[in-house]
Amino acid sequence: MFSTLLNQILSDSTGQPFGSLQLFGPELTLSAGIVLMLLARLCGIDRRLPTHWIALWMTFIAFSLGVFQFVEFSRSDLGTVEYFSGLMVFDRFSALFRLGLLLFLIFTITLTVISGIPDRDDAPDFYSLLMGASVGMLLMGGANHLLMLFLGVEMSSVPSYAMVGFLKGRKASSEAALKFVVYGAGAAGVMLYGISLIAGLLGTAEFPQIAIQLQTLFAGESAALSNPAIRLLMLGILMLLVGFAFKLSVVPFHFWTPDVFQGASAEVGGFLSVASKSAAFVLLVRTVLAFVTPASSADLGQIYLTLGLGIGVIAAITATFGNLAAYSQTNMKRLLAYSTIAHSGYMLMAIAALIVLRAGLEPGSTGYDDRCARAVEGLLYYLAVYFFMNLGAFAITALIRNETFSEEIEDYAGLGFQAPILAIGMGMCLFSLVGLPPLGGFVGKLFIFAAVYDSGFVHPLMWGILAIGGLNTVFSLFYYIRVMKTMYLQERPATARALRVPAWSYSGAFVLILTLPLLLPLGTAVQLVSGVAKRAAMSLFAGL
Amino acid sequence: MVSPELLLTAVVFLPTLWALFTAFFEPKATEAIRYFGLFGTALTFVLTLIVLWQFNPELDVKETHAGYQMWFQMPWVPDWNVNYSMGVDGISLPLVVLTGLISFLAMLASWSIEKHVKGYVILFLLLETGMLGVFLALDFFLFYIFWEVMLLPMYFLIGIWGGPRREYAAIKFFLYTLAGGVLMLIAMLMLYFNSGRSFDLITLAEIGQGNIAEYVFSPTFQIAAFILLFIGFAIKLPAFPFHTWLPDAHVEAPTPISMILAGVLLKMGGYGILRIAFPICPYGAQYCAYGIVALGVFSIIYGAFAALAQTDFKRLVAYSSVSHMGYVLLGMGVWKISENADDAVYYWQMGVSAAMFQMIAHGISSAGMFFMVGVLYDRVHHRDLNKFGGIAGLMPQYTGIAAVLFFAGLGLPGLCGFIGEVFTVLSAWQYDHMLAIIAAGGVILTAGYILWTIQRVYFGPSYKGPHAEAIVPANSRELLVGYVLLAFAILFGVCPNLLFYEMNPTIERFVHQVDAGYDKALEQLQAAPPEGVETTWIP
Repeated sequence: MFSTLLNQILSDSTGQPFGSLQLFGPELTLSAGIVLMLLARLCGIDRRLPTHWIALWMTFIAFSLGVFQFVEFSRSDLGTVEYFSGLMVFDRFSALFRLGLLLFLIFTITLTVISGIPDRDDAPDFYSLLMGASVGMLLMGGANHLLMLFLGVEMSSVPSYAMVGFLKGRKASSEAALKFVVYGAGAAGVMLYGISLIAGLLGTAEFPQIAIQLQTLFAGESAALSNPAIRLLMLGILMLLVGFAFKLSVVPFHFWTPDVFQGASAEVGGFLSVASKSAAFVLLVRTVLAFVTPASSADLGQIYLTLGLGIGVIAAITATFGNLAAYSQTNMKRLLAYSTIAHSGYMLMAIAALIVLRAGLEPGSTGYDDRCARAVEGLLYYLAVYFFMNLGAFAITALIRNETFSEEIEDYAGLGFQAPILAIGMGMCLFSLVGLPPLGGFVGKLFIFAAVYDSGFVHPLMWGILAIGGLNTVFSLFYYIRVMKTMYLQERPATARALRVPAWSYSGAFVLILTLPLLLPLGTAVQLVSGVAKRAAMSLFAGL
Repeated sequence: MVSPELLLTAVVFLPTLWALFTAFFEPKATEAIRYFGLFGTALTFVLTLIVLWQFNPELDVKETHAGYQMWFQMPWVPDWNVNYSMGVDGISLPLVVLTGLISFLAMLASWSIEKHVKGYVILFLLLETGMLGVFLALDFFLFYIFWEVMLLPMYFLIGIWGGPRREYAAIKFFLYTLAGGVLMLIAMLMLYFNSGRSFDLITLAEIGQGNIAEYVFSPTFQIAAFILLFIGFAIKLPAFPFHTWLPDAHVEAPTPISMILAGVLLKMGGYGILRIAFPICPYGAQYCAYGIVALGVFSIIYGAFAALAQTDFKRLVAYSSVSHMGYVLLGMGVWKISENADDAVYYWQMGVSAAMFQMIAHGISSAGMFFMVGVLYDRVHHRDLNKFGGIAGLMPQYTGIAAVLFFAGLGLPGLCGFIGEVFTVLSAWQYDHMLAIIAAGGVILTAGYILWTIQRVYFGPSYKGPHAEAIVPANSRELLVGYVLLAFAILFGVCPNLLFYEMNPTIERFVHQVDAGYDKALEQLQAAPPEGVETTWIP
């Protein structure tokens, strides 16, 4: 039986130009990289060839494969391709996400090489975990089945737990890891229960089938909340959302975030805050679109609308909470953790807008797909900007830590004139996080706000959420600028350790490469990325 | 003739380019950096003069693009219908030239900056790009970007080079303006989605004035959008309840930055109201007109009384700015709808012209006053009015210039401040007698605090405050800045027509268009009961 399955996968081309294994190439490359690294240590090769080269090269190969697939796929007329007998799906959306994530992995590995966080002995472990988690995230990006959804979430979470506790011997680090595991396990349990409820009710777990099953299930029956089946379905969806909320650190499932980010090294924090969040958002978009379809009956649409508004309110609360709680932080990593929570809130607003538009607009009305696609486009653009600005902030925190051995904000005093390249880079990241033009954060925020405003035509509550989002921009300025104030407006104490980070060093170049894209193209040549994001977003709607 | 794309882009981005070059200087070569920066601002000023030279106020409207000369538009983000679009008309042109001039003079006044000169010059030049961009942009998105771009350089310019309470002042300035910016952003989205996705200020104005059939900004919508926009701009102006950032920012900022703040940044509020809030929301503007005038009058009186109470020289000048910008609001708001409509529009036109004149005049006189305070502060390192006296004997030439500039601020006939004040008050008489009388009373208060200040600082037997030995006559660089400002103060006071000639055709057209737009909105209101926000959708 096993051999038949294997044969089936190997010869799974079924008239399509893209076979399953072929489409799975980047993930396989990463997995091969993990095996290679562990084997290299076994044979002692890692003494001669540093492990990070293997990690970097294998990721680079995976990235090139991803680029190749992206280009090939863009040329073909195929909208979506299901592979592994419908467990996974490949379209422009997942192709783009895959590119972004692999590029991010390259940046993260480079950062760890520059900042030297895993030492030579630990490197194979560290990079195995890092790449393993990335494989999980790639699965999340292409999941087409509730089972794959759960597998992806777990596969990306479990290595993360270990990475958080990687700084052995540091109490805070171990404590953070333990907290993360306990929360994660709980959330995963709830999520799995929700999945089993949904799958049991609908008799299917495949995303494209969900909408069809919903239709047949409620054909001729009221889909109002008085129907017990609907109540069961909603319970399942809510439990599923709890799992997402944990991954996205949405209030009230955010409690792990500050401790984990403070306990883990800044490099791991950067990886978690960007990669795992974007994977979860991409997966959330897929899940939402599987449930909320134009074919949903009016009653069901009403329930979805309420759900969307509820998510919008939670998003507003999350953004406000994150921004207000960040205000009193003195540790840079903890501050960035709260900022991560706030930004999850902003991005969740795009999801809320998507649900409200999808459920509330008349299907087939002018621009129905276009308006929904713009919400997804806004989210994708924001994620692209978030990539650079948040990783940049964490990376600079790590680089400063390497020089001053401190992550406290007060120890940044006077850095502005001592290490201009780090301080300017940090400034660009933080002001982009605030959302000030001409940096990318502004454009991303504007796109999301535009989608939220648009969804206000369906329900005016969304305009209230938009107002709160706008207000949050002002709140957030307080704490981001405090960092800049410490760097530039305060003198460096004479006793403080001097910094030597010239612009023409690896760290300086890395900071430049990471922060300049915020200005160009993300901040000014907007069309470049937004066009790609638009096409990727449209590919989600073309088939429907 | 230089092509408009090239010329206007050069005007806006030359300072940025210069800032980029400056980044490659050796930080210790302070003198070279200063001269380089000065050269950059001078070149920008020359470019703005070329714009002035190419602009023909008498050109027939049909040969312009909806009244804008040197107009151009290029797609920037086609998916979102964002364009890179610029142009000048009689409202923006004087402000562009003023920005070029004040930036040049402020750079000339920057020799007193001693620490981190390189960073200072770079930020200064970036700030200039933001200011010029705001006045030239004709796409809301572009406008907004330039509007916000100014925040960062300004924050650091006040925060690093400012006085003792600089951190507080800088963050206050930043927060106030950002809050206003967020309101503007929401208004921008409202307009965008209700106009079939357009950021183009000309198109939006056409829709607001009811000239495009497919889209309508309903009266309630106009009121909501106008209030959001107005608050955003009133913070910058600043009008009464939103003014509290100004005294702090002006006082703590270094002298050249105070000059920029008072001379240019405040005008952006007034410009934004004229360029965006009024033409796009005529109904909303008329709806709020009485409030605007009342706010203006209150600002005049409030600012004047607050100035009377100050003992800090710079704070006094800062409050005088609040008072003087009140005249701008007054002049813009005197839009009375009466039976004798032609007459009323004539007075409104006068009010808008006077408000524009007041903005330019205040740009010259207040920049001059701040510079005069700065010259004195550089010598004695305090600004306590009660410790001055007898400066006239020690610095005679400087005192002469300062006296004339202060008189220009006072509104003495023959100097630039007079024209703006007198014509706003005149136009207000027809609007509301009571408010006009109160506003005219403000002139007396102004005379009070300015004369009292001159008496306390410059006259008197001798200087008894600290650092008496440091008081030396003004050097030639300081005199140059002073004399240039003095020359303009007298020039515009004697020949106000130099300015009116450039502005009036545009303002006349502006007034009539907005008035017609209001009539259309009124017709719509009478034809149909007010309804909620329009939800038209065109992909």
